[in-house]
Amino acid sequence: MSTTPTPPVTDADAAATPAPRSRGVSDRARIARKRLSNPWASGIALVLAVLWTIPTLGLLVTSFRPELEIRRSGWWTIFGDVFSGEAQFSLDNYETALFGSSTNLGSYFLNSIVITLPAVIIPITLALLAAYAFAWIEFPGRDFLFVAVFALQIIPIQITMIPLLSAYVSAGVAGTFWTVWLSHSIFALPLAIFLLHNFMKDIPASLVEAARVDGAGHVKIFFRVMLPLLVPAIAAFGIFQFLWVWNDLLVALVFTGATPDVAPLTVRVAELAGSRGGDWPVLSAGAFISMVVPLVVFLGLQRYFVRGLLAGSVKG
Amino acid sequence: MDWFLGTDTATQKLVGMAVAILLFVVVMGVILLAVDRPRRVPRWVVVAAFVGPALLLLAFGLVYPGIVTIRASFYDKAGSTFVGLDNFVTAFTNEQFLIVLRNTAVWVLLVPVAATAFGLIYAVVVDKSRWEKLAKALVFLPMAISMVGASIIWKFVYEFRPDQPGVNQIGLLNQLLVWLGIPPQQFLITQPQNTIFLIVVLIWIQTGFAMTLLAAAIRAIPDDIVEAARLDGLTGLGMFRYITVPSIRPALVVVLTTIAITTLKVFDIVRTMTGGQFGTSVVANEFYTQSFRQNNAGLGAALAVILFVLVIPIVWYNIRQMRLSEDVR
Repeated sequence: MSTTPTPPVTDADAAATPAPRSRGVSDRARIARKRLSNPWASGIALVLAVLWTIPTLGLLVTSFRPELEIRRSGWWTIFGDVFSGEAQFSLDNYETALFGSSTNLGSYFLNSIVITLPAVIIPITLALLAAYAFAWIEFPGRDFLFVAVFALQIIPIQITMIPLLSAYVSAGVAGTFWTVWLSHSIFALPLAIFLLHNFMKDIPASLVEAARVDGAGHVKIFFRVMLPLLVPAIAAFGIFQFLWVWNDLLVALVFTGATPDVAPLTVRVAELAGSRGGDWPVLSAGAFISMVVPLVVFLGLQRYFVRGLLAGSVKG
Repeated sequence: MDWFLGTDTATQKLVGMAVAILLFVVVMGVILLAVDRPRRVPRWVVVAAFVGPALLLLAFGLVYPGIVTIRASFYDKAGSTFVGLDNFVTAFTNEQFLIVLRNTAVWVLLVPVAATAFGLIYAVVVDKSRWEKLAKALVFLPMAISMVGASIIWKFVYEFRPDQPGVNQIGLLNQLLVWLGIPPQQFLITQPQNTIFLIVVLIWIQTGFAMTLLAAAIRAIPDDIVEAARLDGLTGLGMFRYITVPSIRPALVVVLTTIAITTLKVFDIVRTMTGGQFGTSVVANEFYTQSFRQNNAGLGAALAVILFVLVIPIVWYNIRQMRLSEDVR
């Protein structure tokens, strides 16, 4: 990893996957740590972890309570009620939020999916191709172009929005999914090219040379040699981009114009928070409907997730 | 064109998405197939096939709009009359915008420092605790959800009910105040401290990021250094002050600057929690309001340019530190 100028990636790698050859050492380290494990430290860690979880827990509990109960008492009373057997739970809030005619989050959920898939596949494919050329094809101006692409990362996406929007309007695609797909793809490219280039550079030159001697062109080398070796990197960045698009508010708000036909969940939920600020039954369920996919990804793919997020944390 | 751009029914949306992906795959496939003849195709054609699409998109979507926006920042509302630096003068002298700039400064000062401090404490403590994995996951969890979701979670914590007999508080923070015998507060409306309550949300989110990076850095401190310090009699706080912190200094700087960049562009939290009302707006939110709600394109562009100029030194320092920490290793 010596050519990677982003310590976050290497650090995350080191944390996520201990090198197999040093298993003996890491075993000893673990035993040593256990010996050093300090009851005070454990206590503070536990308190902080609980403190960090309470806000989320409160809204989660609320989303399963009947509407009347939510208005009448705080969510914490549920713990007393559970013991006295008076606690009531229901899925009504979720039903109202998903299918109620005034909220209808179900159709926004679909929009989120339709927006996210192409907005992940397109930039990663384009970035892989560009990264390959920057890493393994010699051409004049290559270093200059690569530095230029790298430097584009500092452009805040805000600065591009008004001109992009008018370009979409004059192309006649304003208010369609194409605007969001294209915008997300464009905004992802500088970071994606830079990171994937670093991973590609780490692949031994001898492998590429051997393929070239066998008569393979760049396209064959790309598909047969590079892609299989890059699967972990692609997965890490793919998850990061997936969450970035799924959780995004600004890009969707500007380019979809918040119309129900194309706007994603985040836009609708943020809108509900403004227009129906006190309607906690719908808001609490709505918030968790918009968060369930990221939460599943986080719990299921935590290792890749942390790696991807750290690698891409400077984006935006 | 309906099958291509239509968004009326669920099927239409899914078909549209499938068509878009297919179209993309086919176009890229044709391009790559065309250049897949090692000796007959000139090299520049191969290069163009690989980097061309990405560079075209970047030129169309980042470089060109960037230049247009910088130019627009010197023009008026409608973008027709040149007004020199008027937009910037407005942004730096008008009372309403001075509040915006003040808020942004408070955000950028508080969030990185607090999140890094919590992250560092947590990284040190959790390293020596049981349930390490679970505790880390719980603190990192806010990083996974959207800032919109996080804002709603906290809006509920801050929820206010009028202080009357028979009315129970349903927001946790106000209930805590009531238990302590203090009257409930309108946390999100009372200026100027409402900005602080918004800032808490981003600190809550970013602490997990800081913790993960710093925990990895702490683990990478060589054992012999720690051992030598221990033989010299360093323990607890001394160890933290003289060994841990100096050893992870580069990581600390990277974490601080990375969070600072995120903070400078914060938009979702302000938009969702207050909409920028009650004196809580920040530059990124004001950019949105001016550009897309007030239709003041010139001022919006100027705010975007200000954001750009503010980000540059932090990014530059961030990259420099990453390079330095590379050299150390």
